[in-house]
Amino acid sequence: MSFIECVDLTHIYNAGMENEMLAVENVNIKIEEGEFVAILGTNGSGKSTLAKHFNGLLLPSSGKCLVDGMDTKDEEHTYDIRRQIGMVFQNPDNQIIAAIVEDDVGFGPENIGLDPHEIRRNVTAALRAVDMEEYRHFSPHHLSGGQKQRVAIAGALAMNTKCLVLDEPTAMLDPRGRHEVMDTVSRLNKERGITTVYITHFMEEAAMADRIFVMDQKHLVASGTPREIFRDIGAMKKRGLAVPMAAEMAYRLQQKGLRITESIINTEDLVRAICQ
Amino acid sequence: MSIELKNISYTYMPKTPFEHLALDDISITVPEGKITAIAGHTGSGKSTLIQHFNGLLKPSKGTILVDGVDIGKKNTEAKAARRKVGIVFQYPEYQLFEETISKDISFGPMNIGCSEAETLERVKQAMAFVNLDYDKYAHRSPFQLSGGQKRRAAIAGILALQPKYLVLDEPTAGLDPKGREALMEKFRRLHRERGTTIVLISHNMDNIASYADNVIILNKGKVTMEAPPEEVFSQKELISQAGLELPEVKTIMNELAQNGLEIQNNAYTMDKAVEEIIEALRRKGKC
Repeated sequence: MSFIECVDLTHIYNAGMENEMLAVENVNIKIEEGEFVAILGTNGSGKSTLAKHFNGLLLPSSGKCLVDGMDTKDEEHTYDIRRQIGMVFQNPDNQIIAAIVEDDVGFGPENIGLDPHEIRRNVTAALRAVDMEEYRHFSPHHLSGGQKQRVAIAGALAMNTKCLVLDEPTAMLDPRGRHEVMDTVSRLNKERGITTVYITHFMEEAAMADRIFVMDQKHLVASGTPREIFRDIGAMKKRGLAVPMAAEMAYRLQQKGLRITESIINTEDLVRAICQ
Repeated sequence: MSIELKNISYTYMPKTPFEHLALDDISITVPEGKITAIAGHTGSGKSTLIQHFNGLLKPSKGTILVDGVDIGKKNTEAKAARRKVGIVFQYPEYQLFEETISKDISFGPMNIGCSEAETLERVKQAMAFVNLDYDKYAHRSPFQLSGGQKRRAAIAGILALQPKYLVLDEPTAGLDPKGREALMEKFRRLHRERGTTIVLISHNMDNIASYADNVIILNKGKVTMEAPPEEVFSQKELISQAGLELPEVKTIMNELAQNGLEIQNNAYTMDKAVEEIIEALRRKGKC
């Protein structure tokens, strides 16, 4: 059984109304426990709509979304599903609610009525996991964007979440903040086996994933390893996307007559291909 | 002619426990007709700095000259000088507020006293420039647009003011690759065809590498570098101290050089890099 499974999932906003809009159509996806998947697609391709189904924020208009075997439409499972899947959004300022970091991280556990000792323990462990323990008494508005996003991730971890769904978590961050978030996400996936769904417009970030899903005009149009997906530069450009810089450079060099047989998705690949 | 900042300092909440020196004795020049990039990490003072360009913030110390006019004065000349500078803030789509797109874009021109006919003409021009069809969109609500369209509608609102100096704060944040490129190409066209001076605030160094004639690096409220891109990108240490990164292309070129490829290593854009690599490989008889 896959951890997340979408079966013929279709989502229509404002169904039956004048401004009805089809956002996602007939998507079939399976995400395994412990996997790191990235979702790519242009603005409006349906990737955020799809991701909001993973914890039941949106329910399918038709088709199904199953999390750990539970149907998101089944109301009695809503809380179980949301405890297992934590969401992190683009704007860090829209998802931090408390005046002190530890209160923010403790909000979820407190809300589900955990024992105060356990809350404290969860909060400490979560802050440590994102390397923010020394900031536990800080006010969030004194933190950088990358630090705020890590606090948001800690908020999910404090609920013992099994899966993180991150919707463009680095779009508003500077390079340092982006690295902080990417390193944290990738470490949590590797060391703790947290299933990770990572939506991004940055191809270099998607290249870290085990698998990439590509959305185009409401449909899932491709899935595969980063090497498989980034091999077809023409197709990616046609979809309004791109490939990592090293892959683009390899492609340009090939067009100038350089023979490169290996698949290139990062700088190490390219250096190896050229310098040896 | 230029925007010239002379010894600008700015302190947030002076004489309170939260007093914070955001800009520390900054002297820079934004030359007319060029694309100048300002880079720095979050909190380095970029946004505070650009709000001085048209008098939204008044410096605690120092003077700002726009085309030689001190914009801190209270006279009509200073007011006219301030209006030469248009600022597009980060996520400008959050500032859309009117019932229809055409009303939203009209707000600026009407406010500076353009006639109705003149305003309409400017709205049409601005919408055409950002590829929003006037007949189709003018009377729709801006809130029905997609994210990318909203961004373009908001930018049209500034373009309708026809600023001589256009300041853009992270204009492509949150857009997909195609959207980023399309928008940047529009600004490049504006620069080439109308000679608009562009100030690009960004931490995307590849963007800066592709478009800027001149780069200013801010760190902790101070200017640490003001130079053409090739010079800035040769200072790896300073860039990293400022919390920034070299353009990806430059990083790849540095790696190739370190691994024995004999390149001049001046390239920081894709086209030049590809040329340099091919040349180096030819010399080695490998290509």
